[in-house]
Amino acid sequence: MWKFLLPFAAFVGLVVLFAFGLNPKRDIHALPSPLIGKPAPLFTLTDVLDPQRAVSNGALKGQVYVLNVWGTWCVSCREEQASLMAISRQHVVPIIGLDYMDQRDKAKQWLEQLGNPYQAVAFDNDGRTAINWGVYGAPETFLVDGHGRVIYKFISPVTTEVWEHEFLPRIDAARRDGA
Amino acid sequence: MKRGAPGALPLAPLASAFALALAFVGALACVGSAKTLAANGATAANGAVSAGGAVDARAAVDINGQLKDPALQSRFEHITKQLRCVVCQNESIADSNVELAGDLRRQVREMLVAGKSNDAIFGFMTDRYGEFVRFSPPLEPKTLLIWGAPFFMLLLGGFIIYRVVRQRSRMPLDDEPTPGP
Repeated sequence: MWKFLLPFAAFVGLVVLFAFGLNPKRDIHALPSPLIGKPAPLFTLTDVLDPQRAVSNGALKGQVYVLNVWGTWCVSCREEQASLMAISRQHVVPIIGLDYMDQRDKAKQWLEQLGNPYQAVAFDNDGRTAINWGVYGAPETFLVDGHGRVIYKFISPVTTEVWEHEFLPRIDAARRDGA
Repeated sequence: MKRGAPGALPLAPLASAFALALAFVGALACVGSAKTLAANGATAANGAVSAGGAVDARAAVDINGQLKDPALQSRFEHITKQLRCVVCQNESIADSNVELAGDLRRQVREMLVAGKSNDAIFGFMTDRYGEFVRFSPPLEPKTLLIWGAPFFMLLLGGFIIYRVVRQRSRMPLDDEPTPGP
């Protein structure tokens, strides 16, 4: 009895493992963020459009907001920009931009051409803020709740579909949660 | 696209455990790196911390980009080889040319010069990028499966060989004259 049952159990175990490991829907490059549930790292940077103006996420305390990491070098950010414009017109939450590994003049041109969905865009010149947020590419989008905690991270371009299914329910929940 | 839910995570170490277990060589490699980790864990730090507490890592680097202090430089090399470049994922930040890897090397260098321990630097990275950035996970209760699986598989293999050999030794050999009636 055991002679057949044990190999069979091992086989079933392997099938389960492979079903998980080889699942084509799983994006092997999307890493779970250890920041989820932790306080959002604070930053004070300059505005990409105005080096004299400071942009700090500390000023948003008590508010649910979105931090979108992008750069003009990032090809998929270009397609994301259209969705972000549509999303920003809904005026659900403030969208803060983090311009990563970029140049001011290029970023300015980008925002003029494609539209500016952001309440403010922080210019991360040396990539230190991105490191603090565990950013390893663009676009990456974080959702921060009213307690200043990171509650969600989405890697790859945000579409209106993703916004409706992943972001809006979490924003509602965060608002019900108070603050 | 859905990313791995936290609930599904324990399967990932399981998968790597199986992969590791398949080769005894894997076990040997693990023991080797665990030793180097332990040996380098507690190296004395001697950084050039200025009066204000701020650190200028550039002053501690020679024209070739190496830390002037050879002890710090060897720790730098050890640490950057142990950290995965999350952009390319199969390269360490020591080997990768990606910009982020450069930024992370700068971070490691600055923390070394500031007198931070190896553990503090690994902690800084895993707090931000997750345990995945470490090529060899630390030996903890939750990683016991990964570290233990090769040895478990070795024991299991040994047990199976023992059983097979014992069974065969009981069987009559083909060329042995069968006892006549």
